[in-house]
Amino acid sequence: MADTASAPPAAPRRALLEQMELDLRLVGMIAALVLIALGFHLVTDGRFLTPRNVFNLAIQTVSVAIMATGMVFIIVTRNIDLSVGSLLGVCSAVMAMTQTQWLPQMLGLGFGHPLVAPLTILVGLAAGTGIGALHGWLVGYQGIPSFIVTLGGLLVWRNIAWYLTGGQTIGNLDPAILLLGGTNGTLGEGLSWVAGLIAVAAAAWALMAARRSKRAHGFAVKPLWAEGLLIALLAAAILGFVAVLNAYQVPEARLRRTFELRGEIMPEGYTEGFGIPFSVLILIGVAVVMTVIARRTRFGRYIFATGGNPEAAALSGINTRALTVKVFALMGALCAISAVVAQARLTNHTNDLGTLDELRVIAAAVIGGTALAGGVGTIWGAILGALIMQSLQSGMAMVGVDAPFQNIVVGLVLVAAVFIDSVYRRRLGSRP
Amino acid sequence: MTEPLRTGTPLVEMRDIRIAFGGVQAVDGVSIDLWPGEVVGLLGHNGAGKSTLIKILSGAYRADSGEIRINGEPVEIRSPRDARAAGIETIYQTLALADNLDAASNLFLGRELRDRLGFLDDARMEAETRRIMARLNPNFRKFAVPVAALSGGQRQSVAIARAVYFNARILIMDEPTAALGVHETRMVADLIKELKAQGLGIFLISHDTREMMELCDRVSVMKNGRLVGTERVEDVTEDDILSMIILGKNPRREAA
Repeated sequence: MADTASAPPAAPRRALLEQMELDLRLVGMIAALVLIALGFHLVTDGRFLTPRNVFNLAIQTVSVAIMATGMVFIIVTRNIDLSVGSLLGVCSAVMAMTQTQWLPQMLGLGFGHPLVAPLTILVGLAAGTGIGALHGWLVGYQGIPSFIVTLGGLLVWRNIAWYLTGGQTIGNLDPAILLLGGTNGTLGEGLSWVAGLIAVAAAAWALMAARRSKRAHGFAVKPLWAEGLLIALLAAAILGFVAVLNAYQVPEARLRRTFELRGEIMPEGYTEGFGIPFSVLILIGVAVVMTVIARRTRFGRYIFATGGNPEAAALSGINTRALTVKVFALMGALCAISAVVAQARLTNHTNDLGTLDELRVIAAAVIGGTALAGGVGTIWGAILGALIMQSLQSGMAMVGVDAPFQNIVVGLVLVAAVFIDSVYRRRLGSRP
Repeated sequence: MTEPLRTGTPLVEMRDIRIAFGGVQAVDGVSIDLWPGEVVGLLGHNGAGKSTLIKILSGAYRADSGEIRINGEPVEIRSPRDARAAGIETIYQTLALADNLDAASNLFLGRELRDRLGFLDDARMEAETRRIMARLNPNFRKFAVPVAALSGGQRQSVAIARAVYFNARILIMDEPTAALGVHETRMVADLIKELKAQGLGIFLISHDTREMMELCDRVSVMKNGRLVGTERVEDVTEDDILSMIILGKNPRREAA
């Protein structure tokens, strides 16, 4: 850049971002999240950014965030899915019945049998994927607007869930399923560090591989120091997150109980941190897979092409109808995964599980920069969107904001986020 | 311009093509052909059926009846994929680009290059795009931005690059210069001549009769879904073509 030397004083910071090739929207969202967290931390006299609260925030975000990644693809293809909350409910109901009634009665698998959890999850995934595919078929092949199909689905699946369980809360879930909810299943301190280091190594490898590939074709790459700084920032974020989760101590009474179960006596002064919850690992896995799908596969490329110009996609030989079925089926599968996490976190299937989640999921995707006009959206944006909403909600609850005001604020934030986003896009000169 | 040799087998023959939408016979028993190294213009009013006819060849529509032969071999074109497999590339009036994707993604849309693991090889696709653009439009620099940010001419060169890159034998251009300025129109005209010299067959749709007289070897005129006639451009005047378009008959032929 020849004009750097004569650039006005405000330029250096922008130049830094440019050299690191960071997405301005990503930086903005992280800044918003940091501001929200610091703000609540001050107002609550230092209770917001504690290991305990960060841990809780993480496990409360997982279920909505997993579904929000799928909602990105739905909205990018110019569709909407209003049924995800009900879909989560019906998948949870099916899985609750599978593990507590059907498997024990039909196959004679008793409580705690090692096959119960995998079979239950398979049944749930099949139900979610099947229902999603049905929605996609109605939208793609029958031409019914997705708004209508999934509005119908919202009523139908919620009440099929009710019918299946007779409206009962179903407890006594399989112990292996319960591990996936949060506090009941974590990696522990040592393995959390290992997982963190693997994540850092993977991120560094991915960045350097992309750099090598660009180099091989003779493209300009960002300076090595910028790449290094980016990796260092990522490493600090990942390891910092692990450190915080490890710092959240397992309550002493609970530790004592586990020792007693093993027939041992807990040594004096013994402590243990929770570490990374399995549910958060599931979210990270989903995020990585969905990002790879979005950016590195034909399926993902076709999703974005179809959203950008459906006619062009069809003329390029893309089967946009089959694509719609696949996108909705994927959404259904993600609802099933969320259902496992949601029922495990509450240790029960309840009749209202997932109610109003469709709105949270859509809001998370939209706050994360997914454009309802189609063609634009990112997986990380949706996850950050979910995290921002959960932070606002739990922060306000800690401060003691009345419930009606909590929802008013979340509603305002949703509209404001889309407003800021549209201003940003107009400045960039691309279409709204 | 060199006269193509119309001997041997034609590159494309469309015989007695018919298609109806609802009660409207959009294309009604039309037969046209195209030889290697030839540019055939399709003329007619809006709604005359020329775009519909051409969309049957490019796989966007399926004819109700009729036969298509490529190099003398009958082919079934059921989808855009089939058309591409037969060496037919189309540049649509609407350009058919996904505005939110960059030039390389658009160029390879539907035919992405992949690495050993089956993932998209974006770096190689961009390198190939740079290579072909260096030939077609050396001033093109905007490889990293969505094509929404490109000018009409730049978008057109992406659309043309897509057709040229995959070594089409048959090119369909639907109003390729409609959205372009003078300079860019010149660029497209030069490119058509170059491709013609390489032996491609080109169907050209345009409303600009003067441009058609300059670029085409023959013109076929359609009206109300029927073929009025096909003439070699040196045998007719611009006025003759206009009367074919407007009146549906060739005054010279009628007089003869």
